[in-house]
Amino acid sequence: MGITALAFYLFAIVAVASGLLVVLARNPVHSVLWLILTFFSAAGMFVLMGAEFVAMLLAIVYVGAVAVLFLFVVMMLDVDFTELKGGMAKYLPVGVLIGAVLLIELGLVFSHWTFSDKAEGLRQSVTPDLNVTHNTAALGQLIYTDYIYLFQTAGLILLVAMIGAIVLTLRHRTNIKRQSIPYQILRDPADAMELKDVKPGQGL
Amino acid sequence: MTEFFQSNLGTFLIILAQCLAITGFVMIGLLFLVYGDRKIWAAVQMRRGPNVVGPWGILQSVADAAKYIFKEVLIPAGADKTVFLMAPVVSFVLAIIAWAVIPFTETWILADLNVAVLYIFAVSSLEVYGVIMGGWASNSKYPFLGSLRSAAQMISYEVSIGFIIVGVIISTGSLSLVDIVLAQKGSYGFFNWYWLPHFPMVFLFFISALAETNRPPFDLPEAESELVAGYQVEYSSTPFLLFMAGEYIAIWLMCALTSILFFGGWLSPIPGIPDGALWLVAKMVVFFFLFAMVKAIVPRYRYDQLMRLGWKVFLPFSLAWVVIVAFLAQYGAFGGAYARWAVGG
Repeated sequence: MGITALAFYLFAIVAVASGLLVVLARNPVHSVLWLILTFFSAAGMFVLMGAEFVAMLLAIVYVGAVAVLFLFVVMMLDVDFTELKGGMAKYLPVGVLIGAVLLIELGLVFSHWTFSDKAEGLRQSVTPDLNVTHNTAALGQLIYTDYIYLFQTAGLILLVAMIGAIVLTLRHRTNIKRQSIPYQILRDPADAMELKDVKPGQGL
Repeated sequence: MTEFFQSNLGTFLIILAQCLAITGFVMIGLLFLVYGDRKIWAAVQMRRGPNVVGPWGILQSVADAAKYIFKEVLIPAGADKTVFLMAPVVSFVLAIIAWAVIPFTETWILADLNVAVLYIFAVSSLEVYGVIMGGWASNSKYPFLGSLRSAAQMISYEVSIGFIIVGVIISTGSLSLVDIVLAQKGSYGFFNWYWLPHFPMVFLFFISALAETNRPPFDLPEAESELVAGYQVEYSSTPFLLFMAGEYIAIWLMCALTSILFFGGWLSPIPGIPDGALWLVAKMVVFFFLFAMVKAIVPRYRYDQLMRLGWKVFLPFSLAWVVIVAFLAQYGAFGGAYARWAVGG
């Protein structure tokens, strides 16, 4: 067994085990920490497959940004553990049912899934020759040169969705104090301060 | 003998020795950095600084480290023990492993990844976990609020650091740090480096690096006089030492990164003088001196000003710079100064 195989089994076992612990951990913050370990193992497996760019993106985007957001939300939540436990017994049958249906569907798909010969060729045709350029450059070539308009459209749709979310949740509150930075910077001692000569025993 | 070093065990031993060499360099450098930091700070304030342990007090950091290690580890009663102890280890280990891809010369490099820049960016974006875990696991108000504060700060400035690095990557056409340095090689020495074409971004990068490593004037995570310090309030002895060491290693890494991205890494500034790893170390020391001077000179920012600077000033500027560099590179402006890949960089 080579080092690559050894590393693969290590990452695979860690990924599955920590994935399981995400669900089993009693403390939601621990769950998120296990989730981070799962992402990490997935990134490790991407590296083993030679997709180092995707691995780094997974670490930056999911572990560095999305999971931090999860952790923030979960830490702020006031979770009542006894209530969670009570719900467990109630919703377990529904969860098991959904899980079983998904498992059966996956089983059906995997036992009867075949690739069309054309599909494989179609996918190969756009991939730049990986002997000439490495996969980061190949991805850049595809996304930013060959399919730039489609990629930008996708980005635009996300932007519109983001603006929509902001518009929906934005409310202008008038009863709070706001700071105007230009005003603060433009203040000068001449109009903000006044020097007074206080006479002894008189005050101002 | 050569056969042995080509076998599995031999390769393993070589890599182990290289790892130890880099860790040794970083750790020994760390001792003198802390000493230098305090000495520079003291000089600005016209004090003597540490001057008791060893000649000129040079062994002060060793004594401090020994003191931390021999103290008792205190864990608060309500703390989440595992996460509490894991947090300093996480921040220390993450600070160290980023050094795996730093090139000291063209061949003195532990792992010449072709996505080295992304690797460093990924590792430094993970460093926020040490802070969050430490603050949460302490199970106390002040560390928790402190960790939220530092986490928000680190995430905000990471964004602008990322965009600044993208500008350099566009100029180089590669994500490898070795390629980035080699692209700065040329017959004009000092004037071939990226600081000239990417001039405004050098300042933005330096300031973002200050904020990213929680250094003054952005040291709100440890503003002990007004904000009851930060995530590390409940920590003592070795765990606290690990947090502090991780912080200084991150600063040292930022010095290395500034030297490599904008100041030619191991290249010599004057044509004719040979290049070498000593140049890189010298540049890093200069940037560390600047870090220490900023700490001594500049007063601390208010938190809302810090956030405003990150999101409303640095982010738009660095984003605009990426677009400008992309145009300048595409149309080969200034004799291809922005498009080094075209001239064989």
